[in-house]
Amino acid sequence: MTETFLGFPRPDGRVGVRNQVAILSAMDNTNPSAERIAGIVAGTIVISTPFGRTQIGDDFEMTMKTLTGIGAHPNIAAVLVLGLSLDSAKPLADRIRPSGKPVEVLGLQEAGSTLALTTEGARIAADLVVQASEQSRQACPFSDLTIAVECGGSDTTSGLASNPTVGRFADRFIDSGGTIILSEPAEFMGAEHLLAARAENPEDADKIYAMVQWFEDEAKRNGVDMRGINPTPDNIAGGLSTLEEKSLGAIAKGGTRPITQVIGYAEPPTKSGLVIMDTPSAACESMTGLVGGGAQIIIFSTGRGNAIGAPVAPTIKITGNPHTAKSMPENIDVDVSAIISDGENLNVASERLWIEVMKIAAGKITRAEVLKEDQLSVSRFGPSV
Amino acid sequence: MDKIIVLGERDNVATCLADFDAGSVVHAAGLDVALSDAIQFGHKFALTDIAAGAEICKYGEVIGVASVDIAIGQHVHVHNIESVRARGDKANGDQERGDKS
Repeated sequence: MTETFLGFPRPDGRVGVRNQVAILSAMDNTNPSAERIAGIVAGTIVISTPFGRTQIGDDFEMTMKTLTGIGAHPNIAAVLVLGLSLDSAKPLADRIRPSGKPVEVLGLQEAGSTLALTTEGARIAADLVVQASEQSRQACPFSDLTIAVECGGSDTTSGLASNPTVGRFADRFIDSGGTIILSEPAEFMGAEHLLAARAENPEDADKIYAMVQWFEDEAKRNGVDMRGINPTPDNIAGGLSTLEEKSLGAIAKGGTRPITQVIGYAEPPTKSGLVIMDTPSAACESMTGLVGGGAQIIIFSTGRGNAIGAPVAPTIKITGNPHTAKSMPENIDVDVSAIISDGENLNVASERLWIEVMKIAAGKITRAEVLKEDQLSVSRFGPSV
Repeated sequence: MDKIIVLGERDNVATCLADFDAGSVVHAAGLDVALSDAIQFGHKFALTDIAAGAEICKYGEVIGVASVDIAIGQHVHVHNIESVRARGDKANGDQERGDKS
């Protein structure tokens, strides 16, 4: 049986599950104009950064690579890039253009004023949205779909219910030809040997150990006792005592299949199967890297309750905590707390998740989307000068 | 799911999926255990006496070590077990730095 999802084929061969126009502010000082344009034009979303000026070296390249990945993302039909001047906006626009989608550029100084930029930008954005609306969904194979798995606000139920449910989904999705990205290697700590043993090639096993070691060395170099930071106070209140315990529960959401590739922050996978991405443990920063790498959907498991989603990629909230399911139903897409409270079988819960993911891929709106719970946060590795 | 679960054969802690009062006698891993502390939903108790420095196992894997002697039935959490990973406070031979603050 060939399983398919309904998506928007893009000129570069990738497939979107959404069809929005991005107003992409390449730097801090045009963010208000981007927000105004998005307020005027239906069907647009803002992609912005609080930085983008006088960044240097690897740090600047990380920001550019991530914003490029988000602009070129298949869930985005077209992009309007804004910058203080055309000179400062064009390099980002030029990096997005190979995606083949419409890319327009405006500079504040060339437009004349922020209100002039808003007017001109709204006119262009409206045209892009109208053009994009002519595109329609087609049946596409799962090999065109990358789903990232994430967790936040973890507690004991994450490792017992929601993450194992996501893990079963991941195995089935990979067996159907899809790609799953597991991230946040600091939260592999204490469980990295289990993942490394699943790497298809020895270099990737070494990379998994090295990624975790980097975070451990950073904690030691800074004289930090990781216990005060991770597990977080809400993790601890939820019953998680150590990072090792949290990690063993966290990796369950990656399922059991072999690891085919290990990639850097905001890098697109080039292989299907289970892929590991090197991201920080902060959910927004991690999800920004996952979106930069082209993940079209994120499944976000939460225990104590974390409502934040990614921009661009619909973020599906799943919880196994009966209290959270009851207290924040407007933020939860899939409630698997019956595993804990009513003995629901993990395979049955996973089937319910599968059905919901397919609906959301086909256009059903997530709770994070409808409540605009999204935050973009690009990792930084150095000061601006 | 049962209200008390043990996830691995070598585990020396059990996880509660309901709130239990101190003094409750519960059944886990073939044992009747009297809980000496109240155990909240999601928290763990000891299935055996555990000496300070001994490994704590859940999921059949090591999740930390006992920082003090722990008796069967006691709450097992951050007050009596600790991580052995990413301990910058114990780096550079300064074993006590974190404990003084």
